[in-house]
Amino acid sequence: MKYIDEFRDGGVARILAGKIAAAVEPGRSYRFMEFCGGHTHAISRYGLADLLPPAVRLIHGPGCPVCVLPIGRVDLAIDLALSRGVILCTYGDTLRVPASDGLSLLKAKARGADIRMVYSTLDALKIARDEPQREVVFFAIGFETTTPPTALAIQQAEREQLLNFSVLCCHVLTPAAIRAILDMPEASAGGAVALDGFIGPAHVSTVIGTRPYEFVAADYGKPVVIAGFEPLDVMQAILMLVRQVNQGRAAVENEFSRAVSREGNLKAQQRMAEVFELRSEFEWRGLGVVPASALQLREAYAAYDAERRFKLVYRPVPDNKACECAAILRGAKRPQECRIFGTVCTPENPVGSCMVSSEGACAAHYSYGRFRDTTDRVSA
Amino acid sequence: MCLALPVKVIELGADATAIVDLDGVRKEISLALLDEVSVGDYVILHVGYALSKLDPEEAAKTLALFAELRASEPGAP
Repeated sequence: MKYIDEFRDGGVARILAGKIAAAVEPGRSYRFMEFCGGHTHAISRYGLADLLPPAVRLIHGPGCPVCVLPIGRVDLAIDLALSRGVILCTYGDTLRVPASDGLSLLKAKARGADIRMVYSTLDALKIARDEPQREVVFFAIGFETTTPPTALAIQQAEREQLLNFSVLCCHVLTPAAIRAILDMPEASAGGAVALDGFIGPAHVSTVIGTRPYEFVAADYGKPVVIAGFEPLDVMQAILMLVRQVNQGRAAVENEFSRAVSREGNLKAQQRMAEVFELRSEFEWRGLGVVPASALQLREAYAAYDAERRFKLVYRPVPDNKACECAAILRGAKRPQECRIFGTVCTPENPVGSCMVSSEGACAAHYSYGRFRDTTDRVSA
Repeated sequence: MCLALPVKVIELGADATAIVDLDGVRKEISLALLDEVSVGDYVILHVGYALSKLDPEEAAKTLALFAELRASEPGAP
């Protein structure tokens, strides 16, 4: 496909790998966090880590919406579907996230809850139109990429006076999560790891632009390179980051200029601002409670807010004790350092959220990366 | 979740919709988040909505950089 195949050329990837190896200075370390699960997936799927010199280490970040969704939020959705008789519409990614009482949305569905997987908010609106006698709730998760479609759906529902439609809003904000990572105490007490730069989001940035990352360079002195999700995009971004580190620079650079501008998509930003406002705080799996890091519906759209309509009360629920998702989401641990990785916890039977989504660090490592570990062990 | 694909707009419809070509599959999408999309443009498609228009000139610049890399290393595959 055009604009995809050209960015997957193995020959160019090897040349870029050579350039990176040549640029790496002895004695320096280059620890880069790829914020997005989309990058994590690409790095694992195309074996990019194998192409890099040992001094360059990639650390998975928290940019996987399903992974950072805490159990308490999934519990709210299950409660709506199982006890309140609503039609719960959700993107497929959330279906298998383990929740309280051994449940997941998929298991709740097996118990008779009316849970419907949708591809788009447009599908959820259609269900609300087709079943006017039923309450239809859209389980809205995701970063800024996925937020504008939710905003449009709410505005469309208002135009059509679809009063049986509401949204359980769990939309979260990328810059706030990056700040939380940077503010975490280093390595000690299971905190975060030291970082030398960020591979910045591809599709989130099409919406918000590159400007919201400028504080990372200005206030924290860390370089950021926005990169597309194809393997050559990632390799080129790593080369740009290595060069910034060598030059002692910290700037926001844009490798994904074919789709991202400094200002982003102003129309999408405006729709989001019309419908949503900042929540004072939101609990993330891994990052804990982060102030001003998520969105809620404005008062003007209160009628479409499932939390208000069904008087939902959020209750935090601790993760499974054996699960290391929280430390993995902060970049403090790698999937293979979790005791239950690949044994008790697999994509077929996930214990933690990072094993659920294909963008999750554990799922990506299980599907691709672990074979490298095996080779290492055999050759050692 | 944030996965999205570049797709080509092949037909404009009513109410800010369009038909796109997704590797041979025709699909209706919403253009409500973009202004001034024409037939032949490539857009980034995410959960049924076009999020941004691909800039062919910027894409060409990045690809030219890769082509230059290849040319500078004649022994490369």
